Amino acid sequence: MMALQVEQLSHSFGGLLALSDVNLAVAPGERLAIIGPNGAGKTTLFNIVTGIFRPSAGRIRLLGQDVTRLPPHRRAQLGLARTFQITTLFPRLTVLDSVLLAEWGLADRCHAVTGRLSYGEQRQVELILALAGAPKVLLLDEPTAGLSPAETASVAEMIRRFSRDTTILLIEHDMDVALELVDRVTVLFQGRVLAEGSKEKIRSDPEVAAIYLGTDDA
Amino acid sequence: MKTRIAMRCVAALVVLIALPAVLSSYQVGLLTKMLIFGIFAMSLDLLLGYAGLPSLGHAAYFGVAAYTVGLLSLRVANNFWLDFPAGLAVATGVSALFGLFALRARGSYFLMITLALGQVLWGIAFGWRSLTGGDDGLPSVPRPRLPLPWPLTDGGPFYYFVLAFFVISILALSVIVRSPFGRALVGIRESERRMEVLGYDVWRYKYVAFVLAGLFAGVAGNLFVYFNGFVSPSYLNIVFSAAALLMVILGGAGTLVGPALGAAVIVFLENMISAYMERWVLVLGVIYVLVTLFAPSGLVGLVRQRLGSHPA
Repeated sequence: MMALQVEQLSHSFGGLLALSDVNLAVAPGERLAIIGPNGAGKTTLFNIVTGIFRPSAGRIRLLGQDVTRLPPHRRAQLGLARTFQITTLFPRLTVLDSVLLAEWGLADRCHAVTGRLSYGEQRQVELILALAGAPKVLLLDEPTAGLSPAETASVAEMIRRFSRDTTILLIEHDMDVALELVDRVTVLFQGRVLAEGSKEKIRSDPEVAAIYLGTDDA
Repeated sequence: MKTRIAMRCVAALVVLIALPAVLSSYQVGLLTKMLIFGIFAMSLDLLLGYAGLPSLGHAAYFGVAAYTVGLLSLRVANNFWLDFPAGLAVATGVSALFGLFALRARGSYFLMITLALGQVLWGIAFGWRSLTGGDDGLPSVPRPRLPLPWPLTDGGPFYYFVLAFFVISILALSVIVRSPFGRALVGIRESERRMEVLGYDVWRYKYVAFVLAGLFAGVAGNLFVYFNGFVSPSYLNIVFSAAALLMVILGGAGTLVGPALGAAVIVFLENMISAYMERWVLVLGVIYVLVTLFAPSGLVGLVRQRLGSHPA
């Protein structure tokens, strides 16, 4: 049984086709990166998997169960968690869960209002929050976006320490960060799966290189 | 910290119990009205301050409870044990119905739907003269008769009768907002989407909050019609709903005590100013502007700033 399966998923916003016939399968414990340039449909894919959008066509299976029609909170109860690209922490609440936080070295900040934490710290709190429900499948939407190299390193280190019981899908803009953290990569481009496979395969794929280096029509 | 808060609450209660001894009967009446509107403002605070739902139709539940109690005690029987629960049941029922419509929308759309629904009730009360007396309202609503040693027709005993409901309401609401349910409401206020993906059925939480707010507004409406002996469509309309919002904002949304204080200030000012001029609504508007400019987190916020304590 796959932890997460996306079958023939398509989604359009009005006339704009954001995702077109996307297929994905992630095994339990696996770590998959979804990479691709801006507008490739990565965040749209996450929004459909978590239930924020209903897809125009296709199915989502979570741990073998068809969840395509379930609302977000029901999917979360089945073991799905996510972080957001735009930090949507509760800006006026304090970092409550000091027990969990102690483990991650933020214990001295547990009474700080999250809106006053640094951006890197907010990202860490966001990851801890996503982990708090012990999810089976965790979707991370650009966890290192907008962070300094030092902050990126500490967030990446945190993700590396996550238990292998949690299946992780990671959206990353930065290919180096992504490839370091995962087992396998799917490349999205203009709403389609352009390539998928091992890190080595993706690294040496000329089409992927062309997208990232912008040499396709040069 | 906890004992200090408890001490302050006991001190406030002692003051409220002792006050009638030093006040004129007119002032006791004013204080009674403050407590009733305090319950009303706190019920709205559950929506605005905790769940982040800006209702501009909260007078609906207050008014519908007041009309229910008024009609029953005038036309059926002045029986507290029938009329009071009936008022609460109707207020709760109407909020349960309105919530189904209003919670389909968010933000300013929620505000407009609650406003429209409230105005529908106002229209009914205004137009259905044979039942509601229309614009003239329902006069001579009697005070409840209870087997107490002091008749509630006297201002003093009635004040303590209202104070009992005020204390029960503030305790019940405090328990609600400190419960996991209340914490979840605050989470929804701060970030609805995140609560959804954390596994909370956001709609259900908001709906329960909406109905509970209707219930407590009903408590206030019931007490008010007994207090005032009269209810008219103006207790259902937008001006009254807006005044309630102002009480919450003036006192400090999301604090419970703040809105009760805000209600006291508004009742006091209305009483003072109405004696000198007709344009009370204009004054409300000016207060609103001043509060948003100089005390955006209300009176409680000002006090906390002075004391240097961090927000809850």
